[in-house]
Parts: sequence; structure tokens; C-alpha cells
Amino acid sequence: MSHEAALHNHEGHDNHGHDDHGHHEHHDTFLTKYVFSQDHKMIAKQFLITGMVWAVLGGLMSVLFRLQLGYPDANFPWLESILGKWAKGGQITPAAYYALVTTHGTVLVFFVLTAGLSGTFANFLIPLQIGARDMASPFLNMLSYWFFFTASIVMMSSLFVETGPFSGGWTAYPPLSALHDASPGSKTGMDLWIISMALFVVSSLLGGLNYIATILNMRTKGMSMTRLPLTIWALFFTAVLGVLSFPVLLSGLILLIFDRNFGTSFYLSDIYVNGVGALSNEGGSAILFQHLFWFLGHPEVYIILLPAMGMVSEIISVNSRKPIFGYMAMLGSLFSIAILAFLVWAHHMFVTGLNPFLGSVFVLLTLLIAVPSAIKVFNWLTTLWRGNIRFTPGMLFAIGFVSLFISGGLTGIWLGNAALDIYLHDSYFVVAHFHIVMGVASMFGMFAGVYHWFPKMYGRYLNNSLGYIHFWVTIAGAYLIFWPMHYQGLAGMPRRYFDFSIWESFKQFADLNRFISTVAMIVFATQILFLINFFYSIFKGRKVTVLNPWESNTLEWTTPIRPGHGNWPGEIPEVHRWPYDYGKDGQDFIPQTTPVGEDEKDTH
Amino acid sequence: MSTALNTKNKIHPYKMVLYAGLGSIVMMFAGLTSAYIVKKSQANWLDFELPKVFFIATVVILLSSFTIQMAVKKAKEGQQNPYRSFLTITAILGVVFMILQVKGFMELQANNIALTGPRSNSAASFLFVITLLHLLHVLGGVIAIFGVRFKSLSAKNNTENTMPVELLSTYWHFVDILWIYLFVFLQWIG
Repeated sequence: MSHEAALHNHEGHDNHGHDDHGHHEHHDTFLTKYVFSQDHKMIAKQFLITGMVWAVLGGLMSVLFRLQLGYPDANFPWLESILGKWAKGGQITPAAYYALVTTHGTVLVFFVLTAGLSGTFANFLIPLQIGARDMASPFLNMLSYWFFFTASIVMMSSLFVETGPFSGGWTAYPPLSALHDASPGSKTGMDLWIISMALFVVSSLLGGLNYIATILNMRTKGMSMTRLPLTIWALFFTAVLGVLSFPVLLSGLILLIFDRNFGTSFYLSDIYVNGVGALSNEGGSAILFQHLFWFLGHPEVYIILLPAMGMVSEIISVNSRKPIFGYMAMLGSLFSIAILAFLVWAHHMFVTGLNPFLGSVFVLLTLLIAVPSAIKVFNWLTTLWRGNIRFTPGMLFAIGFVSLFISGGLTGIWLGNAALDIYLHDSYFVVAHFHIVMGVASMFGMFAGVYHWFPKMYGRYLNNSLGYIHFWVTIAGAYLIFWPMHYQGLAGMPRRYFDFSIWESFKQFADLNRFISTVAMIVFATQILFLINFFYSIFKGRKVTVLNPWESNTLEWTTPIRPGHGNWPGEIPEVHRWPYDYGKDGQDFIPQTTPVGEDEKDTH
Repeated sequence: MSTALNTKNKIHPYKMVLYAGLGSIVMMFAGLTSAYIVKKSQANWLDFELPKVFFIATVVILLSSFTIQMAVKKAKEGQQNPYRSFLTITAILGVVFMILQVKGFMELQANNIALTGPRSNSAASFLFVITLLHLLHVLGGVIAIFGVRFKSLSAKNNTENTMPVELLSTYWHFVDILWIYLFVFLQWIG
């Protein structure tokens, strides 16, 4: 069945109100059901599990380079047996160290927190929560996953080439990224990095186009835009950001490809490479790449963060048994964050020789982000305030997100000031800031989403006790790892350095570095607990026996416990109200499908 | 707030996908032309004339927008043969456009303006990369036209479904307008 036919078939259902959906279900083979699936729910699971594989690999990389930072003088013979020549004598080489840092960053930012987070939840939640049978184009949706998968394979293969993966930082600044002779990682590793990222951009675009069209065009009857759950709004803005910013990264990468392979001078000028000599490239500007990169790069951090914000809003409201505080304010702040995301990119470039006047404009715009962020935090806290809180693991991770977002957001105000940034840039203060506010916070959003929607995904529950251990170790660990880094950064400790023990100024941090590394290992080990919980529960977890285990208002809980392709066996339910009628008129919750009563007041 | 959504007035989801996709293409070229402006304001910028054939290419692609619109019209009227002819003409015009572009590149090279390689100035390289990327978008359109053209020959084709050709024409007009923008930009603004 072509996707077009499927789509028209679906529209037919909506109009005629009967369903003959089940009858193409049993035509599914293993290949069309689990591999080249066009069911948004299966594609979501594919994104999730691929993202989890990358999270484990990316996390493992961080453990390896933390090992070097924590124990710079020690030898670990087992390292040589897994890394070979990259850890001769049991100590990671500087080249391998930088390659690990680079790949860790690339993988976590793009493969885990972009594809793994919005790929999973946009796919899973959009059709279910807006009341659609599938995406606007299930076929493009399938392609989106397979482009991501191919990008993954290419990136993975770069780990195994002789000269190693790319090792110039996840930002891929030229000239390190543009010259084959700049470092071993700039050879084949960089070629594979570019190919992988280009495929990834295509995947993101195909996904994003679909999410936008689906949200705008395929909502069920009664589901006006202001009745959408905040998850959907957040995923909508995420998709818009991706569709508008990833192409600009692609432009930057295309120019980079020309500089690398066709001798052009977009980014290169007056360069002398040791052992090669002076290069003929003239007139290029490396800063130009930074502009193009950060024009994506900054929206990218909101692409990572917004889905987490949306899910957290939903989960906090459901588990506080209270309507979300300030729905329209939440929406407005999402909108203004999305707008500001495009206007602040140069705050990553304060020390590139940027015109100070221009810098001050970017300072102002950057600090403006504090306004919508504060609105969001206020609204989450007021939603929790005097709520009838259920501390499910999903809820704990959602509250953990709010905590991390506050802690990490506050240091953003420091870094957003051009004057302070002259001192703090490229130090561990920056590392601490973005790991807390973007990395760990979004990871918490993702965990919250997995714990909350696992019953819908697999028809079984995750184990709660393991969930609680997972949460408490991870939140304590996150603060123990990244809080001390602020002090290291304030003391001037630069990021990306291989060995601090040889620096008189940073020797004092030897014990602290060892402490951070130890906690990182413990936290990593705890994530394995989550993996065990996840995969065990898919097959053996406690079965879900009620349609709506969290007593939630949104539409996904009106589908069968294990929904088939098409989501609703009969007609798609009609929506009569917004999704946040909790504790209204003495009722604990009123699902969106309940018609408005005659004496009901203040309906949305 | 209880307005029921009228499905008849909504645009088709595929059109929405296309519009959002065009938005992303716009951003790609906006990125490149902004980079061009930034680069031009810096030292070592070579000023040169655009190849003359680019003018002819502009006329050709404008003409092709007219022919694809005719194809849509004929498709809506259910006139299969004129519909297919107009599609073919459009595709041929697209190919002619691409050939003229390549001729333009060769003309520049012949005038000793290197587009790539160690002797190249980024002014010429920018022109090359931007127009080449546009050319690839035209190529995609031509391939899509042929796809629709040959699908319309198959037995199960129904003339009622004009969606593919409508999407195609929207894309084709877009690529046309994009070229006009790039041409004006490169000729007069950049």
C-alpha cells in the first residue's frame, strides 16, 4: 500500500466514520512491521533505540576521556586492548583524547538529543495527541529514520578508520576541519563526519517537514491549535527551528567540502602547515564558518531543549493533578524562545574579534532569553505549587529537569555578557553551563518522557524501584560532576586540555578531577540499570491493564493499550476541551473527549 | 474556541510539506548569500562580469514556468495529450537551462576566472557554488517532471488526481523565482 493510498484511506475514515483498518494489518511482514515500517509509533521506537545505542557509546567515550583527566599518570592495560594504538601502554594518546571529545559532542548533540529525543517523541506523540492516524507522509517519515540510520553507520565507521575519527571539536571549525594535513583526524575521519552530518541534516529536514504539516493539517475535529497539549506546541517549534536552521549548516558544510576537496578559499587564508609548507589559499575567512555554524548551532540547543520542555510541562501537569499554570504564557514563551534562537548566534563568538557594538546587541538579545525562560520556570513551579503530586519516576525526572534548567540557566546570564565571556569562554565554566542546561536537562526530559509514555509504547510498565534508583543517582551525579566544574572554570581551567597535572595553575584540581571522573563512572554505570529496566520491561514488565494508567486527559490514552497502525480502531475521537482540565468542578480529571457540560464554566 | 475544523478549506498535507520544504531551501540560499555579502566586504574580492548566457538562461527558465502552468491547466481540464506535451517542453527547457549554466561556467573559466582550485578567488567560487546548488535543484525538478510524465502513461492513472503536477508546478515556480533572486543578487546587489 503506497503512502498516498494510506493517507487517502485515512481521510476516508474520518469522513465516513467507520473503519476497515484492521484488514491490511495482517499483510505486514517482519520487514514492513519492524524494519521498513511506516507506522509512526514503530519509527519512534527505532529512533529511541538507535538514540540509546548512541547514548551508551557517547557516554562511554566521556568515561574514557574522564579516565585520562582523573588519572593522568595511571596506566590501564585494558584500554590498549580496546583502543589499540590509540592507547599505547594503557594511556590514551592526545590525538585519541581529542577524537573522543569531538565524537562525544557530535554524537550527543545530534544523534542522541536531536534524533533520539525529538525523533522519538515527535514521531510518537504528534499523531497520538492531535488525533491523527499517522504522519502527513508516512513514507517520508520512514525515510527520515533511514537517513538517520545511514548517518549513524557512517559516523560509526569513522571510529574504525586508520587515521581515526574527526578530532577538531564538534563545531568543526576550519582550518582543522578544512585541511587534510591539519591532524590525523582531519583526513578520512573528517570526510566521514561531513557525509554523516549531511545525511543527518536530510533526516532532520524530512522529519521536521512532516511534523509541521501533520500538526497544522491533520488535527482531529475540535482540536484547535490552542487545545493542543504543550508537548505538541514544543515539538512544533522544534521542527520549525530545525527546518529553518539545518539548511544553513548544510550551506556551511558545502563550502567546507569545496575548501577541503576543490581548492577554494572560502574559509582559508595565509596558512602554513608544518611539513607541507605555505598554502596557496588566500582571502578566506575562518570566522565565516563560525557564523554559518552557529546560525544552526544556537537554534540547535533549543531544538534539543524545547521537546524536553514540552514533555515536562505535560508530565508535571498530569502528576500534579492541576492544570498547567499559564497555558498561553507557556505558549508565548515557547514562541519567543524560538524567535530569539535565531538572533543570538554570535554570543558564541564574542572573542573572535567581533565588533564590540555588534557584540552588545547580541548581549542584549541573549539576556532577553532569560524572560521567557523565567516565565516557564515560574509556570512549572506554580503548577507544582499545592498540587496533589504523584512522584512517579517520570515526574521525578520532570522535576529534575526544572531544577537543572534553573541551575544551568543562571550561569547563562553570566556567559551571555560579552565582558564576562572574555574571561570565561573556553573554560570549564562553559562546559558546566551547557552540560547542565542543555545536555543533562534535556536528557532528564527524555527520561521523563520514556518513563511516562513507556506504557503507551510497549503496553507494559517500567520497574519503579529501578526508576527511583536511576533518578536519584543521576540527579546527584549530575550536580556532583558539573557543579565543581564551575569553580574550575572560574579559576581559568581551559576546556579540551589533555593533561592538567603539568600546569602549575591547575595542579590544585587533581583531586577534584579524580572525584568528577569517579562520579561520572558511577553515573554511567547507573544508566546501565536503566537499560536493563527498559529492555527487560519491554518483554517481561508488568502489563498495563487499564487504558489510562496516569488518568491523563490527552488523546493518546483513548487508543487501545497496544494500538495498531492507524491508532484508533474506530472513528478518531472528537475533542471538546483543552488537555488540562484537572481538578475542575470537583472532578479529578476530564479527558479532552468529554463534551462540555451545560453548567460548566471557563472552558478552553 | 469551539470552532470545528473544516477539512475542505485546509490545504493538503503534502502541499504543507512542500511549503515547509521550500522554506528550508530559502534558508539554505539565504545562508549562502549572506555569507557572500560578509565575504565581499572583506579584502581580496574579485569583481567580474556575469557570463552573458546567464541572461538567456533567465529567459529560458521564465518560459518554463509558463509551460508548466499550461500543463497544470491542461491536467485540470483532463486533456491528457497537451498536458504531457507541456510537461515534456518544461523538462526540455529545464535541461536547456542547465546546459546554459554550464556554458556560463566554461565561459568564466575561459576568461581566466578560476571557479575552484588554488588560483580561484572566493568571489568566483561563491558564484559557482551558489549557481551549482540551484542547478541541482533544477535537476531534481526535471527528474520529478519525467517521473510524473511517465506515471501519467500508466493504466491506473486518473486525470482527477492533479495533486502531483500541482506540487511539481509549485516547486518549479519556486526554483524559477529562486533563480531570479540569485540572478538579481549576483548581477546587481552582490
